[in-house]
Amino acid sequence: MAVEMRLPAVHKHISLAASQSNRDDKHLVVPGDVITSDTGFMRGHGTYMDEDRLTASVAGEVERVNKLICVRPLKTRYNGEVGDVVIGRITEVQQKRWKVETNSRLDSVLLLSSVNLPGGELRRRSAQDELAMRDYLQEGDLISAEVQSIFSDGALSLHTRSLKYGKLGQGVLVFVSPSIVKRQKTHFHNLPCGASIILGNNGYVWLYPTPGQQDEEAGGYYTSMEPVSLSDREVISRLRNCLLALAAHKVLLYDTSVLYCYEASLPQQIKDILKPEIMEEIILETRQRLVEHEG
Amino acid sequence: MAAVEVSEAEKVYIMHGVRDDLRLDGRECEDYRHMEIETDVVSNTAGSAKISLGHTDVLVGVKAEIGKPKAMVPDEGYLEFFVDCSANATPEFEGRGGEELGVELSNTLCKVFNNRHSLDLRSLCICPGENCWVLYVDVLLLQCDGNLFDAISIAIKAALFNTRIPKVHISEDEEGVKEIELSDDPYDCMRLNVKNVPCIVTLCKIGHRHVVDATLQEKACSVASLLISVTHRGTVTCVRKMGGGSLDPESIFEMTEAGKRVGKALHVPLMELLQKEESLGKKRQKVGFLG
Repeated sequence: MAVEMRLPAVHKHISLAASQSNRDDKHLVVPGDVITSDTGFMRGHGTYMDEDRLTASVAGEVERVNKLICVRPLKTRYNGEVGDVVIGRITEVQQKRWKVETNSRLDSVLLLSSVNLPGGELRRRSAQDELAMRDYLQEGDLISAEVQSIFSDGALSLHTRSLKYGKLGQGVLVFVSPSIVKRQKTHFHNLPCGASIILGNNGYVWLYPTPGQQDEEAGGYYTSMEPVSLSDREVISRLRNCLLALAAHKVLLYDTSVLYCYEASLPQQIKDILKPEIMEEIILETRQRLVEHEG
Repeated sequence: MAAVEVSEAEKVYIMHGVRDDLRLDGRECEDYRHMEIETDVVSNTAGSAKISLGHTDVLVGVKAEIGKPKAMVPDEGYLEFFVDCSANATPEFEGRGGEELGVELSNTLCKVFNNRHSLDLRSLCICPGENCWVLYVDVLLLQCDGNLFDAISIAIKAALFNTRIPKVHISEDEEGVKEIELSDDPYDCMRLNVKNVPCIVTLCKIGHRHVVDATLQEKACSVASLLISVTHRGTVTCVRKMGGGSLDPESIFEMTEAGKRVGKALHVPLMELLQKEESLGKKRQKVGFLG
């Protein structure tokens, strides 16, 4: 039984000496900062014209593509792109679709025609299927899906038409900012430490015990309620704390960075990882290894 | 309270974890999250304290005013509690959404703290039957991540420790009219003895075991919880059951014993921290809200 109380300390910014030059190249702005007074540029997202001067309306980094200037904010709601892998929670069951909450400005939509029926059959969805919707996905269930298209109002249309997507079983959901998740070829990883991770582009990260061989063919309909073993649980808890540590220090999340952070945290106890000074130590080591890995 | 939705599979995972004494963030069933406490953050109050327990942020301010004592107890002062659930914590609290929770919290705090066993209310008396100090304790919820009662009670204890009530003396002139004079020296004040002020421990029942300091996800898996206020000697001053589920008498006994043990262990590090903070005096680096 542990109770730890302390006085608050001013948050120090930790940075590696090697990355100093990188930081100087980045043009960071806050809302109201003038980006440029040159009128030859087109304004993109996150900017507005204030008396012939291009001003930022969000806090983030300025991106310039030829003549287009836009500001990419650090903390924002998820803006979907076609092909992104997202993790969402069902909020409503409507007539032929489910409403899914994905940390974006509007609830995303999962149409009945965009899910796989049990047994993998391809047929027209009947009235019976409509009535049985709640048997498959209820309010509160978690799913992994891919963005199929974007409606005109900005709402995303999702689909789970592949065996790797579908309802998620036992595991832990971690919330981070969408801008921290790195865009990669695949977002489903089986980490060598003994757990699996799904890095959703919308900032929801799902940690779960690596399924055995026989569960692979289930396709998301059968969720096992068997107790997860203690060793798997420890790995998942450690990964969860590492993810929160990486997110707190704004390190890009991808399989390598998560793995390095996990290895750096092994000497510590799981619950100590979230203590500020231990977090800083672990992140510093992770950053150093990442720089070496890239270099 | 702000609630998060969890799926059935997540609930099963959390319950099995609690059974094995390994929660989602690696804590054991009776561990608290990382706590940071700071006093004297609001300058125009008699005493104030800010606590952050994990992601739960609570700010408490104590103001001392002179008022009329209650008719039943003319030689005692009293405390008035008000809990403001700010819309900063969660959009559900916008407008009047947080009122219900605020009233529930205020009533519970009143029951726990406003009695002569927790604080020496006689020391708040100025003139029996006519004047007494009334301590208005205002609690502001800034961020809600579970375990509100515990955080609020620790913050109240810290704020009461930090409270400085100016010394008054009563002068009577020839006609018998009493006048209250506040001393001119701003450092001439009286402090409260917070040794017997209790701390609240909330135990949530998940499956067959109970957890201390539940996060919002764990709260969603529990159907009943027990709120116990414990003093530094281990005496239980108030017990309340919350939630719609049922608790059988053995569980209640077990949870009360655990609550006594955990609550007793809260007081020592808290008082040490408050003494340490005070001994730093002017050298202390004030962090406040922009840290």
